[in-house]
Amino acid sequence: MVAILAWRNIWRNPRRTIVILLAVIIGVWSMIFLGALMRGMETEMVRNSISTLTGSIQIHHREYRNDPVVENCMDGIDKLNQALSTSLDPGILWAKRVRVNAIASNARHTGGVTLVGIEPEKEAKISFIGKAMISGRYLTTEDKNKIIVGRAFLKKFNTKINNKLILMSQDTQKEIASKAFRIVGVFSAESEAVEKQFIFIPLLQAAKMLKMGDSISEVSIMLSRLDITGKKETLAAKRLTAAIADDTYRVETWQQLLPMMKAYLEMSGFFLYIWYFVVFVAMGFGIVNTSLMAIFERMREFGLMKALGMRPFQIIKGVVTETFFLLVIGILAGNILGFLSVAAISKNGIDLSALAAGAQMWGIPRKLYPEIWAQDVAVAGLVVLALGLLVSLYPAFKAARFTPTQAMRKN
Amino acid sequence: MSIELKMAWRNIWRNPRRTLLTISAIAFASMILVFMLSFQLGCYETMINTSVKISTGHLQIQAKGYLKDKKMRLVIKDPEQVAKFLDTVEGIDTYTFRANGFSLVSSDTRTYGVVVTGIDPLKEAHVSSIKSLVRKGSYLKEDDETAALIGELLSHNLKVDINDELTILGQGKDGSIAAAVLTIKGIFTSGIDEFDRNVIMMGLKGFQEIFSMGKSVHEAVITADSLGDVSMVKQEIQNNFLKIKGGEYLAVPDWMEIMPGLLQGIQMDLVSGIIMYIILVIVVAFSIFNTFLMAIFERTREFGVMMAIGTTPSRITKLVMFESICMTIVGILLGIIIGSLVTLYFQNKGIYIAGTEDILKQYGIPDRLYPRLSLISATAGPLVVFVITFVSSVFPALKIRKLKPVEAMNNI
Repeated sequence: MVAILAWRNIWRNPRRTIVILLAVIIGVWSMIFLGALMRGMETEMVRNSISTLTGSIQIHHREYRNDPVVENCMDGIDKLNQALSTSLDPGILWAKRVRVNAIASNARHTGGVTLVGIEPEKEAKISFIGKAMISGRYLTTEDKNKIIVGRAFLKKFNTKINNKLILMSQDTQKEIASKAFRIVGVFSAESEAVEKQFIFIPLLQAAKMLKMGDSISEVSIMLSRLDITGKKETLAAKRLTAAIADDTYRVETWQQLLPMMKAYLEMSGFFLYIWYFVVFVAMGFGIVNTSLMAIFERMREFGLMKALGMRPFQIIKGVVTETFFLLVIGILAGNILGFLSVAAISKNGIDLSALAAGAQMWGIPRKLYPEIWAQDVAVAGLVVLALGLLVSLYPAFKAARFTPTQAMRKN
Repeated sequence: MSIELKMAWRNIWRNPRRTLLTISAIAFASMILVFMLSFQLGCYETMINTSVKISTGHLQIQAKGYLKDKKMRLVIKDPEQVAKFLDTVEGIDTYTFRANGFSLVSSDTRTYGVVVTGIDPLKEAHVSSIKSLVRKGSYLKEDDETAALIGELLSHNLKVDINDELTILGQGKDGSIAAAVLTIKGIFTSGIDEFDRNVIMMGLKGFQEIFSMGKSVHEAVITADSLGDVSMVKQEIQNNFLKIKGGEYLAVPDWMEIMPGLLQGIQMDLVSGIIMYIILVIVVAFSIFNTFLMAIFERTREFGVMMAIGTTPSRITKLVMFESICMTIVGILLGIIIGSLVTLYFQNKGIYIAGTEDILKQYGIPDRLYPRLSLISATAGPLVVFVITFVSSVFPALKIRKLKPVEAMNNI
């Protein structure tokens, strides 16, 4: 009964209803839209850093992360292989790497780099390098003294494809190992820092140059889909740890490997919800004001109802129910508008490359695809609904307090 | 005071509740904007100052092309002359000279490729914060030639501590081999991993000897009196370059050119902030638009009466516009005052956000954030609010022109 009355009431004056609805719709839309932009940015950031050689999960020697040198490498490859193939679901890819600091030099330049020995075919499937070649060719397993470098590296070292590059690094015997390579390909990456830092050679050549035998520095594992909450990764990492059952190896998920990223995600999520609140307050003033005005316009009506014997509580209930309907319609329409605008943008993404260097500093991707999270939609909806009902109590109490004589004397 | 203005002011107080709510909405939006903008600008200033203090200085004088290529042979040949010249330029706080060379740095067990920087211990202490960052051991003395300062992360990587020896091996300016043994005298921690992992410093004199630089250096690092003076000082130096012998081969990059990533990072963050503010202002504009619209519907009868006694529609429109401008001005003034007070409070106390220290450290921001109130941050946001509310009050006011006195008066 209250519901039917309230529903009919809000359509008695469509103009007023539409005015209030508009405020709610714009508020909800802005929350959904801003949330989608932020989440899109976050996902893209995580995806980028995972594909920049992090992977979903990595296995290292216990000491390697503190001290990434060639001594802290892992042997017992057979055992690792077995643990990987038994504990991971089929379809999950992984690749082995040698990864050490090295010094690169040519006739003109010398600089520090990270030397990465990769299994070319497997690596292409799990990290950015598979799709990053911009000129020349990619590595093959049989390549002997071939190397691929980043675009920015090429520029910094003032060199080109087919030129020579000398690499120097410490080998397992603590001697300086050095070897000449020929540049066969150039890759590009999201950030110049990555293009300058990493250079790739085949795993076998790296192991040979550093006298590592069979051992490797890390295994990088890529789960089929990114889970930004990290639950899937944690589960898989646990199973792996159990399967390996040897505490000289350490299995870590991207959340453990990139603690800054995790902290950033938490901070920005927190900040988003604060902003939701701020937007609500801005919108709340409008809702209170308009519904208060509506109540005063209807003073005569409330007085009459009271004269007919309606109790104050019932009037409050009526007004709050009206607001409830308005809010629900507004939230739904705001969501639809939000979904539509996000869908329109995410087809092509937002191009941020004009601010490329800045984007690199903050680790923000060059292209942004907004993304709607159920969690944000729920929070936005709940914030608007709960706080909206709360602030509607003020006009509702006002309406309940009109006395019949006072109200009906008006006009 | 014109009659319209007087009427407008009285009109808005005829319904104090509505007016107060509208003013509060405007004041709230202005307050948030003042605070947020001050907060952002405060963080940027801290970031710039920290980066400038830790390494680059506000301005540098370098040989042309050095900024891009960092080639050993691109030097300032006669630093003494440059020093004499810099002493005459106004707006410069202090300056110092540095030289850089890429070297293989080895400890007993480890080897890394690092850039070694030669610094003038006395002058450097005034220009950069390095002296205060030494957490273990001590800072360099004036005549220390083979002593070195090393970043904490690098010392971990090299597995060395105070008083251990490092062998450096690089290429001198003339192409000869530069080799020396340095003793670690101090270990510094800036909190910026990039810096702590990649920097070794030694006395400039020792550096010049080892790398066969003679008297030459690579950079003159200059601190201006304040961030705002940088462009003026830069202009001044550029205009007078030719007074120095060999000045035509020199360039004066400022911090924005030396660290383009920092500037663009700030712009980027500012842009994303502005998107958020625009969204907020749109929401506020809508709630104000609603209020104005409803108010006009409610007062149809009143306007009808006014028209019937001869007030022209344009005059009523003017009156209504005055009303909204009055409310907006009161609102933004309140917003500016409250926002400034809140900002000033936090400007003294700082804001601590738990769990963000590690992130902030990397951008050179200490764990407390300090907003900074300025003329721009206090007025830019409220000004936008003013314009937007003004625009959103035009449409309802224009509705008045369509009113017909008789119909309007029949409206309850």
